Amino acid sequence: MGQAMSLGAGTEASVVTDIAFWVIAASSIVAAIAVVHLRDLFRAALFLVVSFLGVAGMFVLLRAEFLAIVQVLIYVGAVSVLIIFAILMTRDVEHGNPSNRLRIPAALLSLLFLGATAFVVLDTEWNLLDEAISPDGPAVAAGGLELAAETVAKVEEVYANTIPVIAELLLRDFVLAFEVASVLLLAAIIGALALVRER
Amino acid sequence: MGLESFLLVGAVIFSIGLYGTLSKRNVITVLMSLELMFNAVNITAVALSRYIVPAGLAQDPGATADQVVHLLLAGQVFAIFIVTVAAAEVALGVAIVIAVYRNRETVFVTDANQLRH
Repeated sequence: MGQAMSLGAGTEASVVTDIAFWVIAASSIVAAIAVVHLRDLFRAALFLVVSFLGVAGMFVLLRAEFLAIVQVLIYVGAVSVLIIFAILMTRDVEHGNPSNRLRIPAALLSLLFLGATAFVVLDTEWNLLDEAISPDGPAVAAGGLELAAETVAKVEEVYANTIPVIAELLLRDFVLAFEVASVLLLAAIIGALALVRER
Repeated sequence: MGLESFLLVGAVIFSIGLYGTLSKRNVITVLMSLELMFNAVNITAVALSRYIVPAGLAQDPGATADQVVHLLLAGQVFAIFIVTVAAAEVALGVAIVIAVYRNRETVFVTDANQLRH
């Protein structure tokens, strides 16, 4: 093993992944702004799909391939179709997409939130996994946390194939939440049907 | 590319969603902005679980127990639950939008004020 960390192999700071990250990040942020700002709701929904796809790309960069597939299936496949149906069934073309009277306070609050979050993100000293598993990482060199060799091997094994670990987590550690989530989905289906039924 | 950049992208998308949710009158735009916020939270959860040493490992760096290593992916499991809840939320939300539109012929949140007076 030594230097050849399989955890870092796909995500190490290579130029290609960097470029991919910034392209994906920029396109999903621009698409998110378009969702909020476009007057045509249908186009806003199409930009929402672009933003969802960008988030799926970010999941791939984060080594969460299963979540990327879930994102494409559920958000791009189902949620956006539902929203487009809602737009088509309630079309209010002449009114467009106006703001309410809270527009300026809302913008100020969002900017304040963004500033506070960015400050916290940049000011915190994170306990990074990549530094803890590589023997000559800066944190380890500075006397920080260093993981045992078996733990490092286990971490690499987990990230080599995440799906069995996620399955075990879902069906063992989080099994109660898993069952409650299925009841929630059933309740949502019944509720949605009851709400839109013609009387 | 690193933890900070993912968290910042999440924060930016969340703020855009927050602005849209608070400031728009059309309920469908509000729903779409809510979905943006859910996505931002998912990015943050997955990025933290990818880059941060789990507390169980940090307290006991020599631990090799399966449970501790499984905590590595807890953020991804949280994201799966968030996706589930968001799907249920948008299904119910769209149903309510259509029910309100049928009764009131409007999709503006400012016009749905039957409960106010």
